Amino acid sequence: MPRRKHESLACWGNHPRYDCESARPETWHALDSSCADSEVSSVIARGLGRSYGDASLNQDAGVIRTERLDRALRFDEDTGVLEAEAGLSLKAINDAFLPRGFFPGVTPGSAFVTLGGAIAADVHGKNHHTDGSFARWTEAIELLLPTDNGAWEARWVSRDQDAELFHATLGGMGLTGVIRRCRVRLKPVPSAYIDASYQRVANLDEALEGFTGAFGDRTYSVAWIDCLTRGDNAGRSVLIGGEHAPTDSLPGELGTDPYAAPKPKRKRVPINFPSIALNPLSVRAFNACYYRTSRPSGRIEPAREFFYPLDSVLEWNRIYGKRGFQQYQVVVPFENGAAAVRTLLDRITRAKAASFLAVLKAMGASSEGPLSFPMPGWTLALDLPHTKRLDALLHDLDAISVEFGGRRYLAKDASLLPEHLPTMYPRLEEFMRVRDRVDPHRRLSSSLSRRLGLDG
Amino acid sequence: MSQERSKHGTVIVGATSAIARGIARACAERGDRLVLAGRDLDECERIAADVRTRFGVESFAVRLDVEDMDPSAFVQACAERLEGAIDRLVLSQGFMAEQSDAQGNPALVARTQTVNLTSVIQLCEAFVPHLRVPGGMVCVVSSVAGDRGRPSNHIYGSSKAGVNAYLEGLGPRLREQGVGVLTVKPGFVDTAMTWGLPGMFLVADPQDVGNSIVRAMQKRRHVIYTPFFWRGIMLIIRSIPGAIFRRLSL
Repeated sequence: MPRRKHESLACWGNHPRYDCESARPETWHALDSSCADSEVSSVIARGLGRSYGDASLNQDAGVIRTERLDRALRFDEDTGVLEAEAGLSLKAINDAFLPRGFFPGVTPGSAFVTLGGAIAADVHGKNHHTDGSFARWTEAIELLLPTDNGAWEARWVSRDQDAELFHATLGGMGLTGVIRRCRVRLKPVPSAYIDASYQRVANLDEALEGFTGAFGDRTYSVAWIDCLTRGDNAGRSVLIGGEHAPTDSLPGELGTDPYAAPKPKRKRVPINFPSIALNPLSVRAFNACYYRTSRPSGRIEPAREFFYPLDSVLEWNRIYGKRGFQQYQVVVPFENGAAAVRTLLDRITRAKAASFLAVLKAMGASSEGPLSFPMPGWTLALDLPHTKRLDALLHDLDAISVEFGGRRYLAKDASLLPEHLPTMYPRLEEFMRVRDRVDPHRRLSSSLSRRLGLDG
Repeated sequence: MSQERSKHGTVIVGATSAIARGIARACAERGDRLVLAGRDLDECERIAADVRTRFGVESFAVRLDVEDMDPSAFVQACAERLEGAIDRLVLSQGFMAEQSDAQGNPALVARTQTVNLTSVIQLCEAFVPHLRVPGGMVCVVSSVAGDRGRPSNHIYGSSKAGVNAYLEGLGPRLREQGVGVLTVKPGFVDTAMTWGLPGMFLVADPQDVGNSIVRAMQKRRHVIYTPFFWRGIMLIIRSIPGAIFRRLSL
């Protein structure tokens, strides 16, 4: 039996934090025995810990850290299909495959996420309206599942092979098996650069309007919102758009080696900031600065800088200090969506809950996952510093979302009340049926699944 | 991939350890052809697939149990796969039992010495005549634990001290032929061996350690501590007089 480590773990928001029994297997044998470890009541897989809430925590039970099972096993340049272990990160994929002209079909705002995590949270990016979520790029998944004799067995699932289990795993928060390997499709790109555009708009109406025009047709589109302005300027935004830059659009010498974009230099936040550092005033100043300096412009920038602006600041979550923060992300249907977004933003502004980062985007079609988050509508994401009053605010926001037919993203959740879950995720029963079939004894469990009653 | 590729033929034994994986990736990034040998052939295959897929190098997996091996047959197998060009031998096999378990357990003592010391000498002796002359390189991952005998870890430490002494003599013996010998003394490295152990501090990332080992091979260094600050720590520990060292509970 490989050694376990008793450690206090949190996800990227640093809240909540629980004691867990973690294993970090480096071989498949060690992975098997970590799954089958009878000394822990249940297990949940954890990649690089970039979800925000309690999805990869398992209080007083087993956490299997997959970061050392990160091997790229096979790549087919003709189809772009990569077979790899679940612990491989998008950063490693970009390092190895962007120089060869391939990029993840979908990437979230950090490259420090694993393939397993990307599948389990069915992550989306700035191209959701055109390219869907990570599910669309996932061809097959190899799951480890408990059996009656205590050992675990491996099973490949895909759209052709136990499609029900495959679908439930897309966005299934790791509760339908431990992902050992997967096959994902990368997309060919013309260069390692993005032709990016930045456009300022004065208020929320103009931002929403923007998505229906030429800006909304760009492959990548997102709006950064200043949630602290009120009145006529409420919801003033910067619309950020992008396309993969064709070789002939690259200036000068870049065009001769279009895939050789410089790797960004990284800095680290050395300490937890004191909690006073982020307050409505400092955030207001930052937001004003960001808005003023985002001059309307188009420019060519390295893909890594466009997609992962915060990755160059390692451990940036420390600016929220020890108390941590919660990220809140919701999607509301387009019908009455503008009213929903306005109501949510208004509630946040009134609470004076300073959000450093608020983004808005239009989402496209859902994936097949019954617990997958994205659906057609407006999605709003905010970072909110953790305070005693925050959970109350988030519960208010949940109630507003439900009223407008919206749902909350479970990968960024540590406070949703279980009664909202069936309304937000109407295919929940379908998910539970799969869970009952493949893991009736709930050997797979997490702090999130217990909080939301998913183990019942 | 515009950097010039070195195309060394490198054999890594104990290839499934985290440090060896770090070394394999660092070598592959520089374009080496690799033979990855270990007891768990499936794991070696996956590591070989990884460096092939990520870096586009040729790589081969070979099963080798250093407790039960025919060193000359293994040399043969490596030479075939690397088409005769063996430039570097990297030995990373290791076994560490808890000191308290090994005390009074002859089998664990034997295993510690066989894996860490005897097999290292056997493999070095078997490979030396086949390494490229000049320019070949022998690199062994030893440990700071071999620098001083401590009550808490001296059965393991003695095997590493033996390795250090053997390599100290091997270096000058091969100097005339232009074959280098590198003794690597890692401090605490964040691997399965140290995961969850109490009392770990300044734990290094195995990929960083792998990178520094490959840089040291390129510079043809003789002894390195990794991370570098362990040189200072061990300088202090080695200079403590025996009379005082015996009274410390280390």
